[in-house]
Amino acid sequence: MELKMFLLVSGLLVGSLVALGGASGSPAKGCKDNKPPVIEKDCHEPAKNRTDKKENETVKKSFPVLSLDYENVRLPFEISLWVLMASLMKLGFHLMPRLSSIVPESCLLIVVGLLVGGLIKLVGEVPPVLESKIFFFYLLPPIILDAGYFLPIRQFTENLGTILMFAVVGTLWNAFFVGGLLYGVCQLQSANLGDVNLLSCLLFGSILSAVDPVAVLAVFEEIHINELLHILVFGESLLNDAVTVVLYHLFEEFSNANTITATDVFLGVVCFLVVSLGGIVVGAIYGILAAFTSRFTSHTRVIEPLFVFVYSYMAYLSAEVFHLSGIMALIACGAVMRPYVEANISHKSHTTIKYFLKMWSSVSDTLIFIFLGVSTVAGPHEWNWIFVGATLFFCLVARVLGVIGLTFVINKFRIVKLTSKDQFIIAYGGLRGAIAFSLVYLLSCDHFPRKNMFLTAIITVIFFTVFVQGMTIRPLVDLLAVKKKQETKRSINEEIHTQFLDHLLTGIEDICGHYGHHHWKDKLNRFNKKYVKKCLIAGERSKEPQLIAFYHKMEMKQAIELVESGGGSKLPSAMPSTVSMQNIQPKRSSQERALPQLSKAREEEIRKILRTNLQKTRQRLYSYNRHTLIADPYEDGWNEMLIRRKKMKDLEKKMNNYLTVPAPPSDSPSVARARLTSDPQVRGLKSATKNIPSIKVDFASPQNPESFSVEDEFRQKGSQPKESKEDDGGLTMKVPSPEKQKKDKTPDEEPQQRLMRCLSDPGPAAEEEDEDDPFLP
Amino acid sequence: MQFACACSARQMLYECNRNHRKIEQQTRRLGYWWRITVVMGSFQSLPDDHQYQTLSKNTGFSLEQIAILHNRFKQLSQNEETLRRDDLKTIQDLESNPIRSQIIEAFFDSRNFQNDGVGSVEEIGFEEFLTVMSYFRAPPQHITEEQREKIRRSKLRFLFNMHDTDNDGTITLEEYRHVVEELLSRSGALGRETAKGIADAAMLEVASISVGPMAPDDFYEGITFEHFLKILNGVEIETNMHIRFLNMDATVLCK
Repeated sequence: MELKMFLLVSGLLVGSLVALGGASGSPAKGCKDNKPPVIEKDCHEPAKNRTDKKENETVKKSFPVLSLDYENVRLPFEISLWVLMASLMKLGFHLMPRLSSIVPESCLLIVVGLLVGGLIKLVGEVPPVLESKIFFFYLLPPIILDAGYFLPIRQFTENLGTILMFAVVGTLWNAFFVGGLLYGVCQLQSANLGDVNLLSCLLFGSILSAVDPVAVLAVFEEIHINELLHILVFGESLLNDAVTVVLYHLFEEFSNANTITATDVFLGVVCFLVVSLGGIVVGAIYGILAAFTSRFTSHTRVIEPLFVFVYSYMAYLSAEVFHLSGIMALIACGAVMRPYVEANISHKSHTTIKYFLKMWSSVSDTLIFIFLGVSTVAGPHEWNWIFVGATLFFCLVARVLGVIGLTFVINKFRIVKLTSKDQFIIAYGGLRGAIAFSLVYLLSCDHFPRKNMFLTAIITVIFFTVFVQGMTIRPLVDLLAVKKKQETKRSINEEIHTQFLDHLLTGIEDICGHYGHHHWKDKLNRFNKKYVKKCLIAGERSKEPQLIAFYHKMEMKQAIELVESGGGSKLPSAMPSTVSMQNIQPKRSSQERALPQLSKAREEEIRKILRTNLQKTRQRLYSYNRHTLIADPYEDGWNEMLIRRKKMKDLEKKMNNYLTVPAPPSDSPSVARARLTSDPQVRGLKSATKNIPSIKVDFASPQNPESFSVEDEFRQKGSQPKESKEDDGGLTMKVPSPEKQKKDKTPDEEPQQRLMRCLSDPGPAAEEEDEDDPFLP
Repeated sequence: MQFACACSARQMLYECNRNHRKIEQQTRRLGYWWRITVVMGSFQSLPDDHQYQTLSKNTGFSLEQIAILHNRFKQLSQNEETLRRDDLKTIQDLESNPIRSQIIEAFFDSRNFQNDGVGSVEEIGFEEFLTVMSYFRAPPQHITEEQREKIRRSKLRFLFNMHDTDNDGTITLEEYRHVVEELLSRSGALGRETAKGIADAAMLEVASISVGPMAPDDFYEGITFEHFLKILNGVEIETNMHIRFLNMDATVLCK
């Protein structure tokens, strides 16, 4: 039912797109028309229309109640319509789980694009084409930034050598192999391709050789391959951009000049270094700027995410200004800024960044594939069986040979060798995509008369890789039993041991006496901690070691989960809800062992609330005590006391919601469990308790009437007496040491101490000071 | 192939001999051979390829690697036949390592070089040194699942032994706290305060993963080796715990 409704809606939408969008779509560009991009054209038109209208109005006196001015809103309207359609399509596929489990989303999107394009053509309009400018300036950056910002840096750097080898040498090999052989094919008499020269073949080869990050991401995210293979293929697709950019500009330049000297080749190599390293430097500069900016955003949290996006986009554009590799700049920018920005910004901003990046990249990705389909219908095609067939064949062969050859070399240096399965997946995962298409589309017709044939060939290759390889890779991964990604959250134990292992390996390297990978990493980390973090991260967090940062993050996550789950007794995660601290505490005696069963997160919450209140209490208590010592409480302390008692009552009511003490047998050593009740109350407590000035808990003078009243209230609530136990473990609610000294006190004292314990600031951090200085000034 | 290996090892040995001769000019050839026998210490036979071959077979290192490690061993032990804790403590790079003492201790932990060894020793010979080092070798390329598991277990056992200081088969909370404290020992007061909390949280996690729901009176003694295997399932220790052992001498570069 739901599905049908949905299909209906999307059908209507597509219909409207065809009717409206078709009319406006930029006409497909043949080779000859090099007119300005659509946007500019559309910007001028509404202005003209408006002047027309004005003239009309002066003639006609009547005021138009309802007028139609579609031209005015056409461009944004159409953009929104496309985006809406793309999003609905994405939504639709996930309503059909059976379909999306067989066919990758990218294939389906291309099919949709084909259908929409076909419809537009059927109506008699010219379908729009994936404009290179739009693609490179608006659709590509979000995807790359998403990839760069969430790049698994550890795996990436560990495999950097292999990735670079594939990205640089592999792409070069592919480009020249395909280009050269295609030229050979073109020389064949029967192909009728005599007019294709070597340079355009090489240019075509270099465009074709690059593995496409968009396509790879789309397919690999669905098959959940293990991290190593993912980062190898994906890293390659990101880094080969520099090679492609250089080769593209190089061959384009050469085909204009028609002569190549050795100097040109040398300059080409230099150019490659400049383009790739320049891109990284530009990106890193912007990344550091972004990190530095985020240091000061603590008062304007709202715009924090914006800095991340804008700085990265600026990095991309700045790199493009110099024809540096924009993709490399984006990756570098994202990867550099992330650790520092994350430490500076608020948790909410972080979530915002995450969601925005994911949203943008998934919309971009959807649009790219749909437009690829539409462009296929629209584009002027020149089908040449021999050329297209040869392209496809060589492309596949080059990939396979390249991977096998390079792995042979790489395996000599790698410690964890790439198996033949890995090689197969790397070769098979070499998908081509929209970047290649856009690059071919950018070629000028003057220098490349056979541009349309190139376009057709590249579309064929893209379709083949996305459809055939993209669809079969999942069954093949299953069939070969390639190791998959483990979908587990990183646990604190794993984090501890990752850190431990890092230090251990560094230490062993030092003992072995050679400076290896780990040694330099350690040096870099130390440098980072000592200087960079201090500059880029505000406040205390700059000194926080990674493990502690991880721990805090985990605590935070648990707290959020706890709040989201309604604060019930069941924690949604697999975290320590079932096992409490007392289970792991070393057994002393049963008397000492038991302690309230508080989960870390809850305790943290309670502690925070209590800390703010008790801080005040301590201060007020001091003055009050001194006061009572001198003056008669019945005179000027009485009113204050009444108010205070009332507030105390309020607080306690809430405390009892907060710390519900289930009644254990009064003499059993079992625990008093402190439980959070539902979440709204917790929040309410937080705000309500803020304005309570103080709690009257007088420790020093047990005969003070106040302390008895507290005790009475405590009893009224029906709390059962608990054992006063003590534990010097980490999470215990510490009984202040004076208890020991006051053993001779009346038993009536006990409940009060219990309350004290409830209100005390437990936890490992405050423990030491509590020991010496229990609440008393 | 075997022959070539042996040849190159002999070459290496020759090289290292020559170095020694430079250091100690006055040592005569006969005396030298005698001295090197002493240096090799723990095995009192002729210092020929055979010795290295045996070591190579036992530890899986190549002959070149053994020669290099031997050089380093002698450098560290100041040409003594055994290595003491103080020798390792003099390594400068190690000084900034937060878990330095544990690393050093691991070299003298007899559990790591004998299957049923207990306690720690005061000094180790080259063979023991090499055995400890062999825990940090990368797994070979073609191995069966069983072998992989075996390697995994032995590497994890090494780690486990580093934590289980009193050799009772479990990592108790105290021991685990100690580990985390050491790990954070370089980060000042902030680290010390949090270390306990982290260790406790980690311990709770272990208990909840490996035992499941526990009654309030139950007590989780500590992490046993089986639990240790379980909690580190996500870390591919067999591929992560390795360093690159050079086939070429680089000790000259380091002081």
